[in-house]
Parts: sequence; C-alpha cells; structure tokens
Amino acid sequence: MTVEGGLQAVRDPARVRALAARLAEGAGGRPLTLMHVCGTHENTIARCGLRGLLPAGVRVIAGPGCPVCVCPPEDIQAAAELALEPGVTVATFGDMLRVPGDLSLEEARARGGDVRVVLGAHGAVELARDEPDRQVVLFAVGFETTACTVAAAVLADPPPNLSFLLSHRRIPPALEGLLAIADLPLDGFLLPGHVLTVTGLEPYDRLARAAGVPAVVAGFEPVDVMLGLVQLAARAGRGETGNAYPRAVRPGGNPIALAMLERAFLHDHARWRGIGAFPESGYALRPELAHLDARRRFGVDTDRELPDHAEGCQCGEVMLGMVEPEDCPLFDRGCSPSTPRGPCMVSAEGTCRNRHQFRSVGHG
Amino acid sequence: MCLAVPMKLIQVEGPAGVVGSGTVTADVRLDLVEGVVVGDWVLVHAGYAIARLGEEEAAETLALLAEVAQLAAEDGGDG
Repeated sequence: MTVEGGLQAVRDPARVRALAARLAEGAGGRPLTLMHVCGTHENTIARCGLRGLLPAGVRVIAGPGCPVCVCPPEDIQAAAELALEPGVTVATFGDMLRVPGDLSLEEARARGGDVRVVLGAHGAVELARDEPDRQVVLFAVGFETTACTVAAAVLADPPPNLSFLLSHRRIPPALEGLLAIADLPLDGFLLPGHVLTVTGLEPYDRLARAAGVPAVVAGFEPVDVMLGLVQLAARAGRGETGNAYPRAVRPGGNPIALAMLERAFLHDHARWRGIGAFPESGYALRPELAHLDARRRFGVDTDRELPDHAEGCQCGEVMLGMVEPEDCPLFDRGCSPSTPRGPCMVSAEGTCRNRHQFRSVGHG
Repeated sequence: MCLAVPMKLIQVEGPAGVVGSGTVTADVRLDLVEGVVVGDWVLVHAGYAIARLGEEEAAETLALLAEVAQLAAEDGGDG
C-alpha cells in the first residue's frame, strides 16, 4: 500500500456510505451526542455534508476547536497596540487579522500599524533576520500542533529582535473543563488528529477513563471522520480511547515535538474566549527564556481582561455546542464572513463561518 | 489552524527542505522529525513537518476500513 493509494481510499464516497451504515448499526437507535474539538473536522463535516448521513438520534456538535475563536480579546488588543508602536512589527497567522475586538489587527494596520502575515513561526524568524532594525513580535496562537513549531523556533537561537506573544492553548484541560459542565451531556469526543500527532493518545486515556466517556482520534478526510464516529459509537458508555488515524497518530505522539514543548514552555492558567478559564490550558515561556517574552519586553498589562463578545453574539454557546450557529440572533443578520461580529464567523475553522459557507450542502 | 497537508519531500538540506504535491512546492522545516529522506511523505503544518507518513501506517488505515466495511456488508449494509 503506497501513501498515495491510502490517501485516495480515505476520500472514497462509497466507503463513506458504508461507514454511515455501520454507524447506524453501532448506534442501534440510541441517541448519541458526539463532540469534535477541531475546526478542520467541522470543515470536513460541513463541506462534505456528513451531518446529512448521520442516523436519527446521532448528533455531532462542534466544541471549542478553533484556536483563533478562543483567543482572548485582551491578547488581540495587546498585539494590535504593539503593532502601533513605532519600530515594532507584529507577525501573525492570517486568520487572526479580522477577529473582532476593541481593535482588530486589521484595524491596527489601517491606522498605520505594521502587521504582517506569516505562514509559520519560521516566517517570523526570517522576517526578524531580514529587518534587524525592527522589533518583530510573533503573535502565536494555535493548539499543541502549532505550539510545537513555535517551540522549535524559540529553541533555535532566534534573532535578538524577535519576541513571542504566546496565546497557545492545550486541548486536554479544556476537555476536562467541558466534562464538568453539567448541562452539556456528551457521549464521546472525536479527538483532533493533528493535535494528537504531536501529543499521542496517552493524555486522553486517563481523561476518558475518569469520565467514562469514550474518545477517538480521527483524521480529516471524510472517510477518516466517519471511521472515528463508528469507533465512538462502538465504545458508547465506556471510557475507552481509540485511534482511527493510525497513519499520522502514534501512541506516544511525536517525541521530538513533545521534548521541545517541554524545554520551551511551562503550562499556564489560560482564558478561552467565550468559555472560561482552565488551569494549565495555556503555555508560558520557561523562566530561562523569559527574555523572549513580548509581554515582558514591552511591558504588556497582563491583568487586563476585555469583554468576550459583541452584544447578542453567542460564539461562547456555539463553541460549547449548546447553540447551533443558525439559532444565534446575529447569524446572517449583521454577522457574516464579510462583516464578522464574533470570532466564529472569521476563521475558516470557525463553526459559524463553516455553517455559513456550506449551508447549501445538506446536513439533514 | 491545525490543518496539515501530506506532501512528499523532494529536497533535504540540514533542518530545512522542500516538499511538493502535484505542481506545488513549498519550503519546509524539519526540526520536528528525525531521519527523513528525499521521497518520504510528511505531514506539513505551518511550514514544519510534524510527522513522517509511512506506508505501513497507510496500510493499517486500509485494514481498519476493510474490517469495518466487511462488518457492514455482513450485517446487510451497502458496503
């Protein structure tokens, strides 16, 4: 089996239909609410119309799987204010530009702030090398998948004019927090494949066992997602984990990436926009690397907290799977991809944005 | 954000390389993977290879699928 052949197989519609039949059998008519925590899963599900293939009673809801959406507004404000400082360039990933707040990065740029889009952490390293007279700040968001790439840049002797404004988030503490929300009945987690490529399944074994809720990691092709759901239905009621993405997820994850995360960062209490704060759900630079911390270098007020959402915006409830995007009073009535009012309408990973873009694709 | 794309390594120079898929090529950092060589498939996220994709693991996915499809067929599914 070649890698190419394998990739073709996981895009095969006949296999998707076969798995849908298997899911119906596995669910056996039981009502099941399954949560994914990955914007890329939401994208596959919405784009391919997978909700339309789910058996009656099985719901797949979107959890807080979009790192752009959960980035707290005070961090965006700090980045926007830094971009307006003379001699400072803020480098960030494209999705962050339009996330609304008191001052979005796009608005900061319109006011003359220097905001540049980079494709990855290494882009910020190159930018700092190319422009040694400017202070470059990498505003770094993303889950473990992205955090390890930033850790690699932190540990590779970055140029002295580069610093890091970290807003990374860790998935396991957030899942523990979600399980503690009483009115959020969950029958299983579809785990994010590329986060687990880095972390492996181990951190989730304990979590699944303790909560008695199954957790299965899945990839991002339509067949991968359906296979993950089939495995979840088969484990319903039992706190077991499963791997439906063995071509990218090893039990122990990526040991090099894990070692770099460990060497660069400590776990930190962190706020998730619209959801709340969870202990150890963020990353902070280790004390010996504190000179690379943009908050310290530029004296950012770390006690500031800004309101999460515009009035009426229900991104928080959408990210908990409690409200469908269409039921938010602002959805398509003042909030759309061209004029987003909340973060979920901005990113290609946001639940509202996906639902808006693919609403002509049936979801049953 | 956690989007990662399978691409084939077409050049390796120390911790950096070039990946290709179809007619697209891109620079890639190899800090997070060990022992990759030209011709390997890697999963690329934000300009970094985060995993090597092996043929063995591709076969494992197919075996999983075959098992499930088989069950569906036996139980009267359409697979």
